Amino acid sequence: MITPQVLLPLIAILPFAGALLPGLMIRAGRDACAMFTALPTALALILLGLAAPAVMDGQVLQANIEWLPALGLNVTFFLDGLGLLFAGMILGVGLLITLYARYYLSGDDPMGQFYTYLLLFQGAMVGVVLSDNILLLLIFWELTSLSSFLLIGFWKHLPEGRQGARMALAVTGSGGLAMIAGMLILGNIAGSYDLSVILTMGDEIRASDMYLPALILILLGAFTKSAQFPFHFWLPHAMAAPTPVSAYLHSATMVKAGIFLMARMWPVLAGTDAWFYIVTTTGLITMVLGATIALFKDDLKALLAYSTVSHLGLLTMLLGFGTKAAAVVAVFHIINHLTFKAALFMSAGIVDHETHTRDIKRLGGLRHLMPITTVIASLAALSMAGIPLLNGFLSKEMMLEEAAHTVWFGSHYALPVLATLGALLSVAYSFRFIAHVFLGPVRDDYPSQPHDPGFGLWAAPAFLVVFVVLIGLFSATIVGPLVAVAAGAVTGGDLPYYSLKIWHGVTPALFMSIIAVAGGAMLLWMHGGLERIWNALPRPEAKNIFDALMAAIVTASRWFTELLHNGAISRYLAVFTVSTTALGVIAWSGGGMPAATREVLPVPILAGIGWVLLVVAAAAVVVLHHQRFTALILISIIGLMVSGGFVYLSAPDLALTQISVETVTILLLLLALHFLPKDTPRESSASRRLRDAAIAVIAGGAVGALALGFLLTDMSSISDFHLANSKTGGGGTNVVNVILVDFRGYDTFGEIIVLGIAGLAIYALMEALLAGPAGARIRNTLFKETRSRDRHPFMMVIATRVILPIALTVGVYIFLRGHNQPGGGFVAGLVVSIALLMQYMASGFAWAQQRQKIEYHSLIGWGVLIAALTGVGSWFAGRPFLTSSFGYFTFPPIEEFELATAMLFDLGVFLTVLGAVMLMLYSLSRIARHAGETINIDPMDYDPTPPETADVPQEEVR
Amino acid sequence: MEYLVASTVGVLTAAGVYLILRLRAFPVILGMAMLSYAVNVFLLSTGRLAVNLPPILSKYATEYTDPLPQALVLTAIVISFGMTAVVVMIALGVFFENGDDHIDDQAADADVSEGKS
Repeated sequence: MITPQVLLPLIAILPFAGALLPGLMIRAGRDACAMFTALPTALALILLGLAAPAVMDGQVLQANIEWLPALGLNVTFFLDGLGLLFAGMILGVGLLITLYARYYLSGDDPMGQFYTYLLLFQGAMVGVVLSDNILLLLIFWELTSLSSFLLIGFWKHLPEGRQGARMALAVTGSGGLAMIAGMLILGNIAGSYDLSVILTMGDEIRASDMYLPALILILLGAFTKSAQFPFHFWLPHAMAAPTPVSAYLHSATMVKAGIFLMARMWPVLAGTDAWFYIVTTTGLITMVLGATIALFKDDLKALLAYSTVSHLGLLTMLLGFGTKAAAVVAVFHIINHLTFKAALFMSAGIVDHETHTRDIKRLGGLRHLMPITTVIASLAALSMAGIPLLNGFLSKEMMLEEAAHTVWFGSHYALPVLATLGALLSVAYSFRFIAHVFLGPVRDDYPSQPHDPGFGLWAAPAFLVVFVVLIGLFSATIVGPLVAVAAGAVTGGDLPYYSLKIWHGVTPALFMSIIAVAGGAMLLWMHGGLERIWNALPRPEAKNIFDALMAAIVTASRWFTELLHNGAISRYLAVFTVSTTALGVIAWSGGGMPAATREVLPVPILAGIGWVLLVVAAAAVVVLHHQRFTALILISIIGLMVSGGFVYLSAPDLALTQISVETVTILLLLLALHFLPKDTPRESSASRRLRDAAIAVIAGGAVGALALGFLLTDMSSISDFHLANSKTGGGGTNVVNVILVDFRGYDTFGEIIVLGIAGLAIYALMEALLAGPAGARIRNTLFKETRSRDRHPFMMVIATRVILPIALTVGVYIFLRGHNQPGGGFVAGLVVSIALLMQYMASGFAWAQQRQKIEYHSLIGWGVLIAALTGVGSWFAGRPFLTSSFGYFTFPPIEEFELATAMLFDLGVFLTVLGAVMLMLYSLSRIARHAGETINIDPMDYDPTPPETADVPQEEVR
Repeated sequence: MEYLVASTVGVLTAAGVYLILRLRAFPVILGMAMLSYAVNVFLLSTGRLAVNLPPILSKYATEYTDPLPQALVLTAIVISFGMTAVVVMIALGVFFENGDDHIDDQAADADVSEGKS
């Protein structure tokens, strides 16, 4: 015996896994394709059968696979009576539909695709009814919307198919969104996302303040899915789908999902006035309205679609009553509706298939030409009408009985009368279906000469009709136990007395039934006249309203998008800044400023001076930013002051890094400014400048206040862990460096990769730029600036040569001590870059480049590789990626010396930083050489040797 | 000192935001540099201010500043350099492709034509 832990996930997964088969098997022919669609379905059905005995005994099977338990998100399934009923219907009808579709679809239809969609949809439906976790249920719920979209729009060449699919997706999808919100509220009230827990907490949930919003949102999901008024309009439009799809989605599965959900949530949500009035009223309106429209539809499938809408309304109304007896009737009617409606859809499909029309006005007299179909369709239709000895009669009778003693808006009569009216209309359209299609004289103008189809096509509906009759005759024997266990699951407890039988004695329901049948026959008799009146009446066309609504939404969202997203980046930045600040302010208004818990540190005079310099420089940058060189110099003052601030505020590593990055950045910007315009034109209007200033001041004020909020309050963090373990675990006393290369080594690893990518991206962009049209433009650019007569001064060349070994030594020193003192790979890489850049600046790029032996690309590559290998190395020691180890060694004559694998990692950081920085600046310098500037290959412009012996300075133009 | 640091963050942010709202690439780059300073100082300040308490373990020190924000800021400084370099490269590319360093799709931005008058 397979345990439920394996069984239930297997049932849910089988259709999805099986969905891979039809697409492959279609190459082996249509029969093979259908076989391999039936296979997973049949297997799942067998597995369900294995689980059935336990469920029929009243057990609830559960399976639990933990995924994200902290979020309450687990893959949990459970199977109770209701789940068993629905899963059985979904899989069983799925099997019949597979058979029917094999013979229904023509050779031109891509059958493999069809069966794939069908299995996907089937899997989603099975998932919905088996899910225990409501978040999982929501995922499957959305999957049913998506896969039904594919099925409804299966005939892509038909505009109606595409529109119908889009409409179904829009309506059910937006309902699904509402339901997600409702379910989350529900989970929040219950404190669990598991249905099995939620179902036990009905009283708490109904007493909650959030009950009503949750109820409305969940009902929106259920009503849209089950085509309840006013969302009923998508279902008839979805009839553009192939008939097997209509038969499957609109009788047994998709539209029943909403009913299933209401039944599932019945113990939790039902029983309040809100539930009764919302659900009962909606169901009642839908039932009467759907039946009325169905009576006047000429398209067979439209008639059936509206009859489905009407019957879904009936089911909704029954669930809305909130009594256990009504819930039993609902469960019973779900089974009955499935059998006769699926059979009816398939019969309509057969008629369409054989006569090539579904228009009732062009049909009639088919009983002579298609006797088998006539029998099947008539029995099913009579059951739909609620004629005795067929199953539809039983549940309709019980429904009328429940309606007869339900008080609605204080009236004892309103609901029974309306329910009888619904039943009466139902009789009328069912009779019309029989009379106008199969009865009457044989015509001679059918689009195609009709005859009964092969066994393959009528087998499935015939099978269902057998059940229609058998359940009608021996209901208690055949479906009694199933109804009992399913209804028990819906009501969550003991069932009231009920009996599934044909003769209940002379009850009010019997009279209502007689009125309905007689009235229905009368209506059919008067149909011609009524139809003329109906067609003359003005009616709102749901599709037009829907289309207008969609058009309005599209226009509004387009307007809104274009308002924000108009191609001007300064607008995006303004919108971003303002909305971020607004969010901050909203958050702020909730909590306010925390009380200060820290003493304010005194301000030494030097810090005060630094602050003044920084503020003045920042203001000056803003005022003078049109003069770009000046602004650049001023920016470097700010960078210097920030570095000084880092020194003062106990962050020596940051100060070192900041000042070296500062140097490199200014060099980079100077290099860029060489090519860019030297002035920024004044082109913003005064009002715009004012607006921007206002945004800037508000944003700055907000960020400053936030910083102050941090600074004045105490906090605890995970930093103590790092301080305590830095020496013992990481082997270094510079905690910042140990964090970088050890505790957070993974981050650093990612970061050097990013830096390397940035370097390579710049190189690649420059390649592309120079090779493209811009390259030609650059070649023709004349740089107007007057050049220094002495671009590579003697003094500077000598000084940089002298400094180079010193700077390199400093770099190595900073690198080596980094683990224990301020320094490390980042700073060392920057210092060495600066040392090399100085050579470039002093003697020009060509001269320096000739002496460069290692490609910068490979430096980046080696750096990342060394860092990675260091990390991988720890695997060989049986420890996680990037675990560092260290030891102390003595190399005479040096003192005791520490060697750590972290140092090797830091070497990788060093190489990557060096390579990336150099590659970036090298790439930018290529513009100048591409532009054909004179470049020197001598170290200096002027040779200091006496003129008579000097060589002429070599100049070369590239 | 706290007020000084907070106001520094505020001033740098304000100047940075004003500059990134300009219409030419160069001031935007400067603005981004200013914002980087502001962010770095802000991040450091989340560890609260400490004077003469560097996060270098020693026998004599009893208290240390918070090392974690410093490690974050250190990488942020280097990354912001990489970002600046990429943006500079893009700005140069745009300049050479279009002949000016406008950053906006000008037809879309009505303010530009207003301001030019």
